[in-house]
Amino acid sequence: MKKLVSKFLMAVVAVTFIVVPAAAWAENIKVGAILAVTGGASFLGGPEARTLEMMVEEVNSRGGINGNMIELIIKDSAGSPEKAISFAKQLIEEENVLAIIGPSTSGETLKIKTICEEAKTPLLSCAAAEVIVNPVAAYVFKTPQNDSFAAQKIFMEMNKMGISKIAVLAGNTGFGKAGKEQLLKIAPEFNIEVVEAEVYDSKSNDLSAVVAKIKANKDVQAVVNWSIVPAQAIVAKNMRQAGWDVPLFQSHGFGNIKYVEAAGPAAEGIIFPAGRLLIADTLADDHPQKSLLLEYKKNYEDKYAEPVSTFGGHAYDAFSILMAAVAEAGNDRDKVRAAIEGLQNFAGTGGIFNFSAEDHNGLDIDAFQMMIVKDAKFVSYTGK
Amino acid sequence: MTLELSIQYLMAGITYGSIYAIVAIGFNIIYNTTGIINFAQGEFVMFGGMIAITLLNFMPLPLAIFLAVAITMLIGALIEICFIRWLKSPSVMRMVTITIGISILCREVAIHIWGESIRSLPYFFGNAISSVPVLGARISPQVLWVVGASALMMVCLGIFFKTTAVGREMRACASNRKAAVLCGINTQNMVTLSFVLSAGMGALAGCVMSPITYSQYDMGTGLAIKGFTVAILGGLGSSGGAVAAGLLLGIIEAFSVSVVPLAFQDAISIAILLAILFVRPQGLFGSKEATGLKEF
Repeated sequence: MKKLVSKFLMAVVAVTFIVVPAAAWAENIKVGAILAVTGGASFLGGPEARTLEMMVEEVNSRGGINGNMIELIIKDSAGSPEKAISFAKQLIEEENVLAIIGPSTSGETLKIKTICEEAKTPLLSCAAAEVIVNPVAAYVFKTPQNDSFAAQKIFMEMNKMGISKIAVLAGNTGFGKAGKEQLLKIAPEFNIEVVEAEVYDSKSNDLSAVVAKIKANKDVQAVVNWSIVPAQAIVAKNMRQAGWDVPLFQSHGFGNIKYVEAAGPAAEGIIFPAGRLLIADTLADDHPQKSLLLEYKKNYEDKYAEPVSTFGGHAYDAFSILMAAVAEAGNDRDKVRAAIEGLQNFAGTGGIFNFSAEDHNGLDIDAFQMMIVKDAKFVSYTGK
Repeated sequence: MTLELSIQYLMAGITYGSIYAIVAIGFNIIYNTTGIINFAQGEFVMFGGMIAITLLNFMPLPLAIFLAVAITMLIGALIEICFIRWLKSPSVMRMVTITIGISILCREVAIHIWGESIRSLPYFFGNAISSVPVLGARISPQVLWVVGASALMMVCLGIFFKTTAVGREMRACASNRKAAVLCGINTQNMVTLSFVLSAGMGALAGCVMSPITYSQYDMGTGLAIKGFTVAILGGLGSSGGAVAAGLLLGIIEAFSVSVVPLAFQDAISIAILLAILFVRPQGLFGSKEATGLKEF
C-alpha cells in the first residue's frame, strides 16, 4: 500500500513537471506592471491597476492577441523607488516579462530606466516627467503629456486673460517641484512675472497661513497651484474662505472629478489643462479620440462604480500601445520596441501619439485642453 | 506684518494646534494608565472620520458622528483586549513594537475597506467657501467647531478625572499601579477604559476635522508624529501641558510661514522639540521628579 502511494505521488510530481511548463509554452504573453496601488501615490496607481485588469480581461475574452493570451503581473510598489527597483529586476529576470507598464511616479521610473534599458525590456511609464524620455533611452517610453506643455498652456491662457503677475504654489513632491521649476523657467517667455513662490508639505492639512501670506501681496492677479491630493482641494478652499477671488489655475494633476467633489463649491472656476477624457461627451463626433474615450469611460465606470480619471487613462494608453505593438511584432522584446517607435496617429486617452526614434512620448501641446469647473463638472474652457 | 495678517496666522495656528492637542491628549490618557505610548493613536482619528463618512449615507450627520465615535471606542477596546491585556509586565520596547504593528494593521484594514481615495464629511454649517469674520480676519466656521470640540473634550476629561469614581480609579492606576491593585481597583479594566476613552476622543477629533483636512486611510501616521511631539513637548502625561504645547506648536508653525518657506514647517517643529528636550528633558510642563520615576 505504502509503495502504491509513493508511486502515485511520484507520478503526480512527474506529471506536474511535464504538464505545467507545457501549458506555459502555449504562448502566454507576460506583461509586468509596477504601480503605486497603495501609499501616497495610490490616487495614480489605483485607477491604473484597475484599468489594466479590466483591459487584460477584455483582450483575453476576445481571444487574446493573435491567439496568444495576455498574462498580467501587477506589483504594488507603494510609490517606493527601492521597491520599484527590486520588482523591475524580478519581473525581468524571474518572470521574464515581455514589457513593463509603469511605474506610476516619475521618481520610480527614473530609478528603473537604466535597468530596463540594460535588460532590453520595453518600459511604458505612466509618469509625466520629461526626463524619462529626454534624453531618449531606446527601450523607455511614457504616455502622460509633458509638464512643460501644461505650463505653456496655462501661460497662454493667462496671456489671453491679461494676467501678468502671479503666485506659484507647489507641493514638495517630485511632481510639485518639477512643475514649479517649469513654471519659473518659462514664465518670462510669456511676459509673466512670478511675484510669490511657495513650496508646502504635500501632506499639509491646512494651508490658510500660506494663503494669507500670498494674499497680502496685492500684485498677485492669479494663483497657480502644482500639487497632488489632497492639497489641491485644500488650497482652493482656503483661498475662497479667505474671501480671495483671483483666478486659481491647477496642474493637469487635477484631472479627477473626486477632487472637485472634495473641494465642493470652492472648486468652482478652477482652470486647468488636461487630456480630453474628462470632457469626452462634449467633443465633436468626428474627433478621433471621441469613441475610444467614451468606451473607456463607460466600461471603467460600469465595472468599478467610480468616476474615470486621466491617470487610469495613462495606463490605458500604455497597454493599448503595447498591444498594438504586440499585434504587429509578436512576443519579442526587440521587435515590440521597434514597433512602438513606429506607431503613428495612434489615438489614446491622452492624445494622438506619433512616436519616433527621437520622441518616445509622441504627444504635442494639443494633447492638452484647458478646462474649467462649472456646476461641479469639468467643461472645456473657451475664455471669458 | 499687518494686524489682519497676524490674526489670520494666529487662527490658522490655533486650528492646527487644537488638532495636535487632541491627539496628544489621547497619547497621555493611555500613557498615564499603562506607561506606554500607543502609536496607533492617529489611526483612531482616521477610523472616526472614515466610519462617520460611511455612516452618513444611511443617517443624519449627528447620529453618524455619534455612532462612529461609539464604534471606534469599541475598536479601541478590542485592540486592548486582543493585543495588550494578556501581556504580563511587557517591556517598553515590546509595547512600542506592538502598537506600531497595530497602527500598520489598522491602515491595511482601512485601505481594504475604503480604498485609497480621500473623503470628507460635509461642513457642519455652511460649505467649503463660507467664512466668518474674526477681528478682521476670515476663518471657516468649521475651525470654530474644531476649537470648540477640543475645548469641550478637555473640560469633560478634566471633570471626569477629578470628580468621578472611575476617573479617580484611573488616576490611581496612573500614579501607582501596585497600590491601586491593593486598593481593589481592577487595573486591567482601567487600561481597557483608557483605550476606549482615547479612541473616542481621537474619533471625535477625526469627525470635526474631516471637512477641513479630509480623511484618508494613511492620515494617522502624520498626526501621530505631531501628536507625539506635542505630548513630549508638554510633558508626557500632562493634559494641560498638551493643550499649551499643541497651541504653541501650531502658532509657531503658522507664523513661521512668514519667514521661512512653508516646506520647512515640520523641520521647525522638530527643531523646537529637540531644543526644548536639551534644556528641559521633562518637557515644558512636566516635573523633573515625576519624570525621574518613569520608565519611559
